Amino acid sequence: MDVRMMLATARRVLSQLRHDHRSIGMILVVPALLLAAVYFLYENETLPPGVPRTFDRVGLMMLAIFPFVVMFLVTSITMLRERTSGTLERLLTTPVHKADLLFGYGLAFSLMAALQSLVATAVAYWVFGLDIAGAPGYVVMIAVINAVLGVALGLFCSAFARTEFQAVQFMPIVVVPQILLCGLFVVRERMNDVLEAVSNVLPLTFSVDALQEIAAHAEATSRLLQDAFAMAAIALGVLVLSALTLRRRT
Amino acid sequence: MNSGRSFPGSLAEHPEAAVSHPAASRTAQPGPRADAIVGAGLTVRLARQPVLHGLDFTVPAGQITGLLGPSGSGKTTLMRTIVGAQRVSAGTIQVLGLPAGSPALRREVGYVTQSPSVYPDLTVEANVRYFGAMHRKGKTDVAEAIAAVGLESLARRKASDLSGGQVNRVSLACALVARPRLLVLDEPTVGLDPVLRADLWERFRAMAGAGTTLLVSSHVMEEAGRCDSLLLLRNGRLLAHLTPEELGRKGHSSNLEQAFLAIIREQEEYDGGRPPGQDASRSGDSAGMEQNRSVR
Repeated sequence: MDVRMMLATARRVLSQLRHDHRSIGMILVVPALLLAAVYFLYENETLPPGVPRTFDRVGLMMLAIFPFVVMFLVTSITMLRERTSGTLERLLTTPVHKADLLFGYGLAFSLMAALQSLVATAVAYWVFGLDIAGAPGYVVMIAVINAVLGVALGLFCSAFARTEFQAVQFMPIVVVPQILLCGLFVVRERMNDVLEAVSNVLPLTFSVDALQEIAAHAEATSRLLQDAFAMAAIALGVLVLSALTLRRRT
Repeated sequence: MNSGRSFPGSLAEHPEAAVSHPAASRTAQPGPRADAIVGAGLTVRLARQPVLHGLDFTVPAGQITGLLGPSGSGKTTLMRTIVGAQRVSAGTIQVLGLPAGSPALRREVGYVTQSPSVYPDLTVEANVRYFGAMHRKGKTDVAEAIAAVGLESLARRKASDLSGGQVNRVSLACALVARPRLLVLDEPTVGLDPVLRADLWERFRAMAGAGTTLLVSSHVMEEAGRCDSLLLLRNGRLLAHLTPEELGRKGHSSNLEQAFLAIIREQEEYDGGRPPGQDASRSGDSAGMEQNRSVR
């Protein structure tokens, strides 16, 4: 592990993205637009007193899901390009360590994700008056960990795709089940045993659980920290798995 | 087409010159006459199909060695094996005294792939800077590498905005920036105009003069004349290791392309009376190449 090579990789990935104004625009603006859609969907709902608005529940979850989905897609395509263009093979003939590459990727996209979730969280709080007990800083923290998870899974899945078309197909396989089973649509306790068991081990479940903790408590609870730790551990595990897919020799 | 160096015709009149050691034919080479690459019984299989059949060869240090052969003869596979990107099925290959693929070699060996492997969405400078960073090289090295391939004026342009030949040069600069002791170049001059091609070969010659070992693959026979010695590869077997002068003499033509074709035909005629599966590089000896001492 060489910090300079890792930073050089992060810098390179970011400058690749920097030239792509359209992608940056979409990464930053689309979450805010979708939040607006959710807000206006539930604008006229009538709620019994004391029940939180649907936007406070769903909008909050979306803040964590965006960076996960977007970073998964961006990373898997970028890494696939790296694999197919020959730059990865070339890099692996240099002294660079695999960890420098993967953590460089992770760092670059986490920065993008932090920016994205700052914009989205600011819009949710200031424009749409998101009302939860916990501090927005925790929401951003969970969003960034989620982004790292998305990066890790994207790096891993890129090994199993030969074309960008295939890479995009991993989204319904890897991302959609997690969104369905994370507790956003149906409370997890009401799922049948099989689905609940699957849900229990999916990374996105931990982030939804963490956000519910943030929504209910003003201070960080031990359960929030446990969730955050579990997510970070899963992200690290998947990064190690992706390191195994980077072969210097074929 | 002749590259401008007049070698074969004059040599045919003085056959004793061609018998000499390939390295001795050029006196400008400083340093010891060690071998940078030594392959012994090197066999590589891709998807269980043998691509290289027990190659025995050497690449002398501080020289330009050409790797010639028709498309599909195994040139790229051999180069990937040398840089450690391809697993060896049998036999051994030593690069700069270490087994190919040793971690220590990653600092010493530069590799330029056939299709340019650079980031199209980065500027020329950012590409070279990034690959330089992998070797802890700084600004001056980056500027020198870009200057070496004549792209100073385009340093701030994105690679995707450049022509094919320019992108090839970016790819080359990304290898030069590391100042490798061994530079492996897979068809580096494809898509370059004759002026640039001549410039690059002058640069290669200067690098070899400074002690760098270069292994350059090409299927352009006019470039063969610019190499110190040539490895002729066909169907994954080594036909010969000889100097351009010797190639011209063996192939009875001053045109190296004709000479190469003649050697292949000779080989085919010989193969006709021989059971398949034998090592062609050995049979080459009796096919009239016994004087090529480099084929062992």
